[in-house]
Amino acid sequence: MRRLLLLAPPFLWLLAFVAAPVAILLAIALAEPAMGVPPFTPPLAWDGEGPRWRGTLLSFAILAEDRFYLDAFLRSLRVAFLSALLCLLLAYPMALGILRARPSRRLPLLLLVLLPFWTGFLLRIGAWIGLLRDEGWLNGVLRGLGLIEAPVPMLYTDLALYLGMVHSYLPFAVLPLYAALSRLDPALEEAAADLGARPAVAFLTVTLPLSFPGALAGFLLVFIPAAGEFVIPELLGPPEAQLVGRVLWTEFFQNRDWPLAAALAVALLALLVLPIRLFQRLEARP
Amino acid sequence: MRRAGLALGLAFLWAPVILLVAYAFSADRIPFQWGGFSLRWFRALAENERLLEAALLSLRIAAGAATLATLLGGLAGWALARFGPFRGRALFGVLVGSPLVLPEVVTGLSLLLLFVALQGAVGWPAGRGALTVLLAHTTIGMAYVAVVVQARLAEQGRLLEEAAADLGARPFTVFRTVTLPLIAPALLAGWLLAFTLSLDDLVVASFVSGPAGTTLPMYLFGQIRLGLTPEINALGAVILALAGSALALVGWVLRRAARRMG
Repeated sequence: MRRLLLLAPPFLWLLAFVAAPVAILLAIALAEPAMGVPPFTPPLAWDGEGPRWRGTLLSFAILAEDRFYLDAFLRSLRVAFLSALLCLLLAYPMALGILRARPSRRLPLLLLVLLPFWTGFLLRIGAWIGLLRDEGWLNGVLRGLGLIEAPVPMLYTDLALYLGMVHSYLPFAVLPLYAALSRLDPALEEAAADLGARPAVAFLTVTLPLSFPGALAGFLLVFIPAAGEFVIPELLGPPEAQLVGRVLWTEFFQNRDWPLAAALAVALLALLVLPIRLFQRLEARP
Repeated sequence: MRRAGLALGLAFLWAPVILLVAYAFSADRIPFQWGGFSLRWFRALAENERLLEAALLSLRIAAGAATLATLLGGLAGWALARFGPFRGRALFGVLVGSPLVLPEVVTGLSLLLLFVALQGAVGWPAGRGALTVLLAHTTIGMAYVAVVVQARLAEQGRLLEEAAADLGARPFTVFRTVTLPLIAPALLAGWLLAFTLSLDDLVVASFVSGPAGTTLPMYLFGQIRLGLTPEINALGAVILALAGSALALVGWVLRRAARRMG
C-alpha cells in the first residue's frame, strides 16, 4: 500500500507526459491536415451515435512517394553515422589517455572534457560561426599567414556541419568509453605482455575487443540524437542538406502541416527502434 | 602517443571556447576581430533587458524543473532498484528510459500535441509558455535522475538497509537514516544534470513554449540567425566563469569534507 503511494507520482507523471504524448503523436500522424486551429481534423471523431474513424494514411503516403523525404532520411542516417564514427575515433585515445594518467589527475581531466559543455550549446555553435565564416577568424589567420588569398568558404559546408556535430557530441562518446575501459582488468594486458605480445599487439588483441561494448554504447549515444539533430545542420550545415530534424521543423513551424510532421516523427522513431533497443540492452548488462 | 591523442581532443574541445572568451574583451563590433581591449560588450550585455529577462526565465524554469525532476526521478529510481517485481514494472522501466533515447524533435512535437489536446479537452494548461516548458523539462530531467539513482542503489546493494531493519528500524527510519544518505550524491548529481539540460535546451522548449515564454536558448537562436554580435562572446565568458567557480566551490567543499573525515 505504501509502495503504491510512492510509485503513483512518477508512474502517473510518465503515463501523462511520455506515454500519452507518443499515443497522440501516432494518432495525429493519421489525421487529415485542415485549415484552422489546430490545423487537422481529428482521426477519431464523435458524431452523436458514437466514435467514427476518420483517419488516413495520407501523410505516410506523401513520405513514401516524395523522394525529398526519403533523401532526407538517408542523409540524416549518413550524417549521424559519420558523426558517431568521428566522435569514436577521437574519443578512444582520449579515454585511454585519461585512464593512463595518474589517478589523482583522472577526475580533473574528465572535468576538462565536460566543462566546455557548460558554456552553453548555442554559444559554442555561435563561436563556430564566428570562426568559420568568410570574414571570420580562421580565414583571417590563414590570410595573415599568406596561405590563401581569397577567403575559403567554410561555414555552411559539410566541414562546418561535422565540426559542430563532433564538437557537441564528443563528451557523449568519451564517458561510456572511459567507463568501459576503466572496468577492464589491467592484469589482462600485462598477462599478454608477459606471454610475449608487444604493446601494440596486446592492445589490439586484448583491450580493443574487450572495450567493444563500451565503444558501441558511445557510438549509439551519439548516433541516436544525431539522427534527429536540428540546430547544428540549421546553423552550420549547407542549406541544401535537408535532414529529418530540419524537415520536421519546417513542416511544423513554416508549413503548419502537423500530420506530416507527426508522420515524420513516427518514421524517425521506427528507424531508431533498433539502435535504441541495442543501446538499452548494452546499458542493462551487469 | 596516447597523451597526444588526449591533448588533441582537449585542444579541439577547448579552442573555440577559449577564443570565444578571449574575444569577449575586444572592442571591435565584429565578433572574433581584435580591436583593442575593452569591456564594452559586457556593458552591452548588462543593459540588454530582453536577454536578461530570458536568462532569468531560463534559470527559474531550470531550478523548478530540476527540483521536480529530482523528487519524481528519485522515487522512480528507488522503485526500480528496490521494489522488486510489481505490476507494470516493465512498462514503468520503458517509460522511465524513453526520454533519454527519444530524439529531441520527437519529444518536443509529441509534448506539444499533448498540451494542445489537453487544452482542447480540459482547458489546462491554458496557453503555452513557462509552465509547459517546465513540465517538459521535468519529464526529461526525471529520466536522468532515475538512471543515476538506480545505478547508485544497484551498486550499493541492500545490506545496509536490511541491517537497519534487522536492528528494529521502521521503514521510514531506514529510508531517512540509511537510504537517503546513500543516494544523496546521486540526487545532487541528478539535480545538476537536470538543471544543465533545462538551461541548454532549445528544441523541446521551442516546440512547447508560447509567445510569453522565451527562454535564453530561444532568444540566442533568434539572435544568431539575425547575425552575431560580440555580446555572445561576453555571455560565454560570464557563463564559463560562473560554471568554473561553481565547480571550484564544489571541489573545495568536497576536499574539506574529505579532510575532516580523514
